[in-house]
Amino acid sequence: MEALKQELKAKIIEALNLEDISIEDINDNDPLFGEGLGLDSIDALELIVLLDKVYGIRLADPKQGKAIFESVETMAKYIEEHRTK
Amino acid sequence: MKKCYINGMGCVSAQDTYETSFLESVVINTTENIIYAIQPSYKELIPPAAARRMAKGVKMGLAASTKALKEANVEVPDAIITGTGMGCIEDSEKFLRALLDNNEEYLTPTNFIQSTHNTVGGQIALGLGCKGYNFTYVNGAISFESALLDAKLQLENEEENSILVGAADETSSHTMELFKLINIIKKESDQPYSVLGSNSTGVIYSEGATFVALENIHKDSSYAVLEALQIQNELKVEEVESFITAFLNKNNLKLEDIDAVVFGNNGDVTFDTYYSEASSLFNQIPQIYYKHLSGEFNTASAFGFWVAASIIKSQIIPQSIKMNAIEKNTFSKVLLYNQYQGKDQSLVLLSKC
Repeated sequence: MEALKQELKAKIIEALNLEDISIEDINDNDPLFGEGLGLDSIDALELIVLLDKVYGIRLADPKQGKAIFESVETMAKYIEEHRTK
Repeated sequence: MKKCYINGMGCVSAQDTYETSFLESVVINTTENIIYAIQPSYKELIPPAAARRMAKGVKMGLAASTKALKEANVEVPDAIITGTGMGCIEDSEKFLRALLDNNEEYLTPTNFIQSTHNTVGGQIALGLGCKGYNFTYVNGAISFESALLDAKLQLENEEENSILVGAADETSSHTMELFKLINIIKKESDQPYSVLGSNSTGVIYSEGATFVALENIHKDSSYAVLEALQIQNELKVEEVESFITAFLNKNNLKLEDIDAVVFGNNGDVTFDTYYSEASSLFNQIPQIYYKHLSGEFNTASAFGFWVAASIIKSQIIPQSIKMNAIEKNTFSKVLLYNQYQGKDQSLVLLSKC
């Protein structure tokens, strides 16, 4: 789980081009949207694509996104339970 | 009819034109067939959250436009008009590559959103909160001149009072490779590269952004007046002389009324003959060239515009851009002539305020 969280942080930084942020700057429970990393709706689309491309997870219900993308912790937990690759 | 004053300018180019005064230090390239723009520090200009999605062309455009508006003391212009030849080609490449690499799946929105030609003008407007007329011209090597013409007509007719006009183009790796394959870019074997006296085809490619704040009132910051401009799709070499003289006649001027002429020579031996033809008309006045400093790209002529306006304001021609040894004490009227491969011909006339 710890390795997955580190990997996920690196992929988020790369996918969203967070130039001045390193893995160490992101805490597992920091909110990804609003405060914390301050991501927006375009980033949400990027994260949905990332889940599909890297972990083979297709979000059938967009409403699930709010809970899944709350933090790196919640994302990693969801990925571990639902990944197909 | 009101006049069209150039009240502020900003230029990001392969030279240090953003931070320093008018060409006080230049580097003349003879060994690279692609030269890249010197990037300003964007941290003070663009919020990090916005900058992370912006390609180089957008950032250069934002920096140049910020400087132009600051010089002219304009907070929000009435309109924004941009010229670009290839637009945000870097994001276009990323988006298309993702289409191929991922078998048309997993397409992310950011590169697509940023890949349109009007991204530069759009991002400037968003940053300024400018909800006025916003238009982008994509007309090859007369993209900038098309934007200028639109702005000039609107200002002279008082449809708008202040317009931010500019141009931006960026290089991108795949497109540059294609340009090398089809000999748009000079070969390594053509070194040492030189714009004047070149005997090879192709050009030194580059990138950059130049923005100008145009207004229909004179200010202390005014550089020059945009008097007239003309664009023409195509000309034969033997038609250059009549193209120029007809333009001057139309503006009630004679050849001897022009104090300096700025040519767009780019070192392509096949097409610099257009400038040779034009230069014979102006052998009594200083002749200027600039693409040995800026490189060639669709909107490199905006760098030439920046050079011409700076000459009128400073009344000095820097040594690095002189084509001949003729000296003149005052520069009241400066003519720019540019073309690319015989097409996209343009004449722009600037005068002292």
